[in-house]
Amino acid sequence: MKLIGLIVVIATGLLLLWGVTDFPDWADPQSPASTHLSPHFLTESIEETAVPNVVTSVLGDYRGFDTMLETTVVFAAGIAVYTLLRRSRRKDLREKPEMIEEELPHQALIVKTICRLMAPFMQLYALYVIAHGHHSPGGGFQGGVILGASFILLAIGFDLKMVLKRMREKTTLVLGILGVLIFSGIGMVCVLLEKNFLDYSALSAILPATDIIMARSHGILGVEIGVALAVMANLVLIYVNLSSDGKYERGL
Amino acid sequence: MIWQFDLIILILVAITAIASINAKDLMSAAIIFGTFSFLMCLLWAEMGAVDVGFTEAAVGAGVSTIFFIAAVFRTTRRTKD
Repeated sequence: MKLIGLIVVIATGLLLLWGVTDFPDWADPQSPASTHLSPHFLTESIEETAVPNVVTSVLGDYRGFDTMLETTVVFAAGIAVYTLLRRSRRKDLREKPEMIEEELPHQALIVKTICRLMAPFMQLYALYVIAHGHHSPGGGFQGGVILGASFILLAIGFDLKMVLKRMREKTTLVLGILGVLIFSGIGMVCVLLEKNFLDYSALSAILPATDIIMARSHGILGVEIGVALAVMANLVLIYVNLSSDGKYERGL
Repeated sequence: MIWQFDLIILILVAITAIASINAKDLMSAAIIFGTFSFLMCLLWAEMGAVDVGFTEAAVGAGVSTIFFIAAVFRTTRRTKD
């Protein structure tokens, strides 16, 4: 069985390597991507969207539909883990009492103090990454992951109860849904303002003191906030369900 | 782009990938996979794709390692094959 697997893997690898030879060369200026798409994005991005970081403007605006469905994938993953693992019936909760390993008090003190000191800085940095995505690397997805990771750090350093007190089950679910809703909602507002879906230039009609270009920049920011909320809530949802076996009692 | 740097990282990426597949202890496999992600993150950053490297560092090296460890804690620590 292992031999067959090895043969299949090597054959697939060779096929893929063979397929790569059809690609244009590394940084080939004559390749289709470098002659049509990249020059437009690199030269026109700042005039069309007022966003200096081209990656952000491509992610949020030019291929916004793709990003919206990526957010939906994260949301679907969170909901899938929740529906598969969550056990709320009383019979399941009583199943077997878990062994609790007590750690030494001085070790726990060091870990807890470091986690408590780290968490606010992580959250502040996450907000910076989200808000500054227009000018520097980062954006909604990365910021959302860091924001979720700060809650996961607290859940590991302290215990799950402490995080669940701050991020209740219902809150995580609502925030996860709200994130996707903000993204698609901004898209729908553009449709209601008689432009294409996710064409943020339509937002200049309702946002005060913005022209068509700044409206696209603001639209990207709104979309990034939605992505960050969805990613953060779903990461916390996945972690809580995985680590507590769906019982929401004790973490790792 | 410095090809010597690329070569060293790519060799380490291959080594960590093979090691994480072959590890019998799933916990060490998860940790080695985190190292793999971090090396990939270095590679992205070195090739100029800072946004991708940022995502790889946050998701691959950070959160997904935690998810693997949580799953290992709740299932079994040894592989059957």
